[in-house]
Amino acid sequence: MKQRPNLAVETCGIPSPNPFWLASAPPTNSGAQIRRAFEAGWGGAVWKTLDFEPIVNVSSRYGAIDYDGRKIMGFNNIELISDRTLEDNLVEIREVKREFPGHALVVSLMVESKQESWHEIIKRVEDTGCDGVELNFGCPHGMSERGMGSAVGQVPEYTEMITTWAKEVAQTPVLVKLTPNITDIRAIGRAAQAGGADGLSLINTVNSIIGVDLDTYRPLPHVAGRGSHGGYCGPAVKPIALHMVHALASDPEIHIPISGIGGIQAWQDAVEFMLLGATSVQICTAVMHYGFRLVEHMVSGLEHWMIDKGFEQTSDFVGKTVPAIGDWGELDLGYKVVAEIDQDRCIHCGLCYTACEDGAHQSITRTEIPDEEFAASTGATFETSGGRRFMAGAGGGYVNRYEIDQETCVGCNLCSLLCPVDDCISMVAKESGLPSMTWAEYQARLERGEMEAIRPPEHH
Amino acid sequence: MSTSPLDPDQLTRNFAEIRPPFTPDEARAQASRCLFCFDAPCTRACPTHIDVPRFIRQILHSNPAGAAETILDSNVLGGSCARVCPTEVLCEGACVDRILQGEAVPIGGLQRFAVDWADGKGLSFFEPGADTGHRVAIVGAGPAGLSCAFELRRRGHGVTVFEGGDLAGGLNTIGIAAYKITTEYALSEVERVRAMDAELRLETPIDGAGLADLLKEYDAVFLGIGLGATASLGIPGEDAGGVWEALEFIFQTHRKPFAECKVGRRVVVIGGGNTAIDAATAAVRLGAEWVTVAYRRTRADMPAYEHEYELAKGDGVIFEWLASPLECVQADGRLTGLRMQRMEMQGQGRAATLVPVVDSEFTLECNMAIKALGQQPLVDFMASIDGLEVDHGRLVVDPHTGVTSVPGLYAGGDCISKGAEVVNAVEEGKIAARGIADFLDGLGER
Repeated sequence: MKQRPNLAVETCGIPSPNPFWLASAPPTNSGAQIRRAFEAGWGGAVWKTLDFEPIVNVSSRYGAIDYDGRKIMGFNNIELISDRTLEDNLVEIREVKREFPGHALVVSLMVESKQESWHEIIKRVEDTGCDGVELNFGCPHGMSERGMGSAVGQVPEYTEMITTWAKEVAQTPVLVKLTPNITDIRAIGRAAQAGGADGLSLINTVNSIIGVDLDTYRPLPHVAGRGSHGGYCGPAVKPIALHMVHALASDPEIHIPISGIGGIQAWQDAVEFMLLGATSVQICTAVMHYGFRLVEHMVSGLEHWMIDKGFEQTSDFVGKTVPAIGDWGELDLGYKVVAEIDQDRCIHCGLCYTACEDGAHQSITRTEIPDEEFAASTGATFETSGGRRFMAGAGGGYVNRYEIDQETCVGCNLCSLLCPVDDCISMVAKESGLPSMTWAEYQARLERGEMEAIRPPEHH
Repeated sequence: MSTSPLDPDQLTRNFAEIRPPFTPDEARAQASRCLFCFDAPCTRACPTHIDVPRFIRQILHSNPAGAAETILDSNVLGGSCARVCPTEVLCEGACVDRILQGEAVPIGGLQRFAVDWADGKGLSFFEPGADTGHRVAIVGAGPAGLSCAFELRRRGHGVTVFEGGDLAGGLNTIGIAAYKITTEYALSEVERVRAMDAELRLETPIDGAGLADLLKEYDAVFLGIGLGATASLGIPGEDAGGVWEALEFIFQTHRKPFAECKVGRRVVVIGGGNTAIDAATAAVRLGAEWVTVAYRRTRADMPAYEHEYELAKGDGVIFEWLASPLECVQADGRLTGLRMQRMEMQGQGRAATLVPVVDSEFTLECNMAIKALGQQPLVDFMASIDGLEVDHGRLVVDPHTGVTSVPGLYAGGDCISKGAEVVNAVEEGKIAARGIADFLDGLGER
């Protein structure tokens, strides 16, 4: 093996041995947990949000969405911030930091919107020797009803004001954690930066109701039969988070580092966040599902990917994909791909056919090939047992052959996305007969009478 | 012949279901493997065309009642077929997950899960159609007759089923290894048909003259008479005590407690079909010390399914290939062994000629011999019906309507196939029911 890459990162001046931090959440509720997490290999942790007084939580608190047999595709909670005393937490923060000086230990904070309160909590927390603080302007449930959390993060002026208060006393870097429950994340990101934030963490959870129990008609989760909107997270929210991270990373007005959060459960997810501009990443739901041991796979996956790609440190690729994403209007209307089915790999499930026929552009044909003829032409063999002949994919005397009509295929990707077989359906570039042009350029050509209006192919 | 040497508890364990039911967790996990194919190969490979992806998705999406309805709508014996079908060569043999994951979705197990769930809740999904005034006689309460009766009742035609035996359900009830399906379960599926107000008359055998009467009295008649006795070995000593017919041997495991079932200490089963395997594995489970299957051809020629052969091998059954019986050796009227000879196949496969090998005789010492040479068609009965076309023992029917050469007389099941699966009989009953319904429509309102 080549020399192992350097996974160490520095997020707004806070160093960590790798980019994988635990997000402020139940896994960072106590010193004992964070100690075990650091021993397991996590590079950093954001301590579960502190206030002067511990809150009181309800029971129950979590809900989940399963997806066709797999557990927890999406997750939500109505849990609040730390229910342990500030004093206990401060003692443990001090101990953990002393034991793990090289790990990033950031403390999440949320107090009433008063300048003196913010000043006091920051001073007391920084006294532990922690590496930084994260202002929780993100929680969409519970605390927001008391004027905290997302109630702050949804208003740029509040975000800037409180960030300013924090920076008035903070000796360590200040991260601001943003809520996705807004119209344009950039407004809040700019406000935090204007207030002096050293970095941005996002996304916090998405406002949600996770479900309803069909037998009792109760909301999920419920507390004595009643529910409340909660924060949605888990693998399902990753695309929302990626978009918001990119929106900030590509904003010419924003220059501070980003800690990416939202649905990360594997190393690939983390790499995507980093390619879109995150310096480090934070993880919660996957750890709540599988435990701290997950980080081993994340570190190993990232390492091998970096070796494969020839990256020596994470800064070699952080933000690499940011410039490739812009407005739809910048896309090239002359570019065309079409689907291609590798008949040798096709298992004849027909999912591509029915999807294209009913949900896309009617560009896949189905032909019933007599099974004898199919076997003769492909080298597939029948099996026999007790005089009965059978073959996977055959039935009723035929095998379905599915083929792309590349003249009418619009290159939407749908079939290649749902095909269960790796590398069976690929999207290949095809000459479109059109010049390379953006939509604006196309409009100009039409205006000048230089070309006919582009029409989609006729579908059967 | 003595009864099983094993104690009842051991026997109960031995005959425990070979494929235990899925738990809800197992069912969900297995259901999630189904790709939900379009024009699914499994459905095409199922003789009754059960919409397999549909019912599996219904299981996955917490709708086992809907799944059971999907299954029973295509196959009224869907719970039995889930247990006794050779799914390995039908739906599961066609499953594309065999290519993708190397293993089929366990369609039979999922089918059973759904039907059992609905039965556990006491759900029923079907009602008789509005009375048409037409009446159809069904001869034989086996799978074909039951299926035909069910479909006719859905269309509102009156149905009377005449069964010669004292139990309905045919071979599905008493003729299949007891570790695959219990008598009680098979009879519970008969109730699906009876619940449609189909009249079942047990112990009412019909002969040629009786059939002629039925053809006069009813608007149409369906024959689901199955097959007759096992073919004879045609060798000396066949009448010795201890020589059994395979089906009789299996029948006893359904008709009386296992502890009262007769079994030899050393058992030779003659034949190479699935019934031979069922008999051999039943003999092992009843406590026989040594069980051998003797087949005159090779393993490759054996009509038994591969998975049945593997099951028997796993049970410790010994196979003697290219071995043909010459004589049932007896002492004081009791079987003591089978004198055998080796055969040689000249040519390939079923067309090969079997030639005895010179000086190859040997004796298999045994006190029970089970003949499993396949059932013979009921030729005398069929010959007694004027104008009924029969081809090599097969009752000839139109494959699209089930009609025989006699107008108003339809047929399905083993009497037209000379022996196939329960699921084939169910489909043939459905086809004939459609044929009869069209025929009755032509007769107009009565």
